[in-house]
Amino acid sequence: MNHDAVEKKVGLLGVLIALVISVGGLVEIVPLFFQASVTQPAPGIKPYEALRLEGRDIYVREGCYLCHSQMIRPFRSETERYGPYSLPGESVYDRPFQFGSKRTGPDLARVGGRYSDDWHRVHLLNPRDVVPESNMPRFPWLADGRIDGAITVKKMEALRKLGEPYTDADIAGAAAAVEGKSELDALIAYLQGLGTNLKTGT
Amino acid sequence: MTTGWSLFVIILTIANILACFWLLRWTSKPRTASEKIGGGADTGHVWDKDLREYNNPLPKWWLWLFYITIAFGLLYLAFYPGLGNFAGLGGWTQAGQYEQERAAVEARAATLLAPLAALPVAELANNEQAMSTAHNLFQQNCAQCHGSDGGGAAGFPNLRDADWQWGSDADSVVATIAGGRVAAMPPWAAVIGEPGVEDVVAYVQTLGGQQADATKATAGQAHFEALCAACHGVDGKGNPLLGAPDLTDTTWLYGGDAATLKQTLMNGRNGQMPAWGDKLGEQRVKLLAAYVTKLAAGK
Repeated sequence: MNHDAVEKKVGLLGVLIALVISVGGLVEIVPLFFQASVTQPAPGIKPYEALRLEGRDIYVREGCYLCHSQMIRPFRSETERYGPYSLPGESVYDRPFQFGSKRTGPDLARVGGRYSDDWHRVHLLNPRDVVPESNMPRFPWLADGRIDGAITVKKMEALRKLGEPYTDADIAGAAAAVEGKSELDALIAYLQGLGTNLKTGT
Repeated sequence: MTTGWSLFVIILTIANILACFWLLRWTSKPRTASEKIGGGADTGHVWDKDLREYNNPLPKWWLWLFYITIAFGLLYLAFYPGLGNFAGLGGWTQAGQYEQERAAVEARAATLLAPLAALPVAELANNEQAMSTAHNLFQQNCAQCHGSDGGGAAGFPNLRDADWQWGSDADSVVATIAGGRVAAMPPWAAVIGEPGVEDVVAYVQTLGGQQADATKATAGQAHFEALCAACHGVDGKGNPLLGAPDLTDTTWLYGGDAATLKQTLMNGRNGQMPAWGDKLGEQRVKLLAAYVTKLAAGK
């Protein structure tokens, strides 16, 4: 094959470029789809309960991932501050995962239980009430928003089709679990559950 | 990784590197005499009437940079994990490096903390190095609720005053930090109704030396002695064992004005101090206990 042919025939050039680019993905990404450590839940990890599932959707809706990561890297400085490093099997029920890419605020992968529910309530409505130095925005509208249980049920049914092991009882109880809850309640329930389920090898 | 996927990764990676090598060789070899330097072959592209682009081979130093990257890649894959299940000759792992980093710092921390381990909380407060460590721990773990200066916020205790909801002795403070606390002020709206709550609010205000409606306060006193005294004491002085605050002083966790007191009584309060024992360990909890004791003493 002559060099000229590659440079002058656009179709051939395109095919060869696609071939070259795909090698990286084939080697680094495709094998992960078939690895148990990435596709199977880590010990203790369960799909989100109804209220936490709704809280997660609010987390995504409000764009929390833009300033908060949920990914503790295996560096001592990170595990000292945030707790044990994140494992791939902890995010198998996250669609999509909330690793994030920027930390304007702290990492939240293990924020569950660090603060009280009351603290989260005050802090989400106006962060400056408890942390005067904070530059996090206020989210006062969360207290007024209500969760619609009918939609929660649909979300859980859709996730079950994707493979989440929700039982019939989980889905039947979903509407009651979010009944009368505000978006603030849901988000706090989600935050308080973050990173608390992993069972370490003891 | 299964052997099949491991082979898939190894074969694709090696084939890719070999293909890069072949591509370099292929494109750098002149095919005709005119393609050599000074041979005069051009690409046929002409700009500004007479500016022609020669079809010269890459400079040798540039070409060698490419060969060096190939050699680097092969060496890297030989020493570090990358080729499927092959762990690399260097024995490096991410988890291993992490454990090494941690062990190094733990060892340093142990030598720093060991001389402090035997000291009681009261003495730690006078130890400059202990307090500098405790300051960092406080800023990282406690400041979010109690404020970076320990001044607290509405609903989150001020640590700079002499008022202790759960007891001020060293053992109590350590227990509070390590095990956490949950205050249990029950809601009274359903028990004594809104007018009853307002009466009690008036009485509690007089306890703290505030002005309040005397008739209401007298009515409230009866409720107080029947219901509130169980935790707050008949005299309203509180009980640190139950976390029941002293109502006769001017320190208020949520607020001492009538509106806030009414809310507290109607709906109850469940102020919660999270447990830090598991996260921080005994030694760091002791340092923090000394730090907050010192804060409260105003030093």
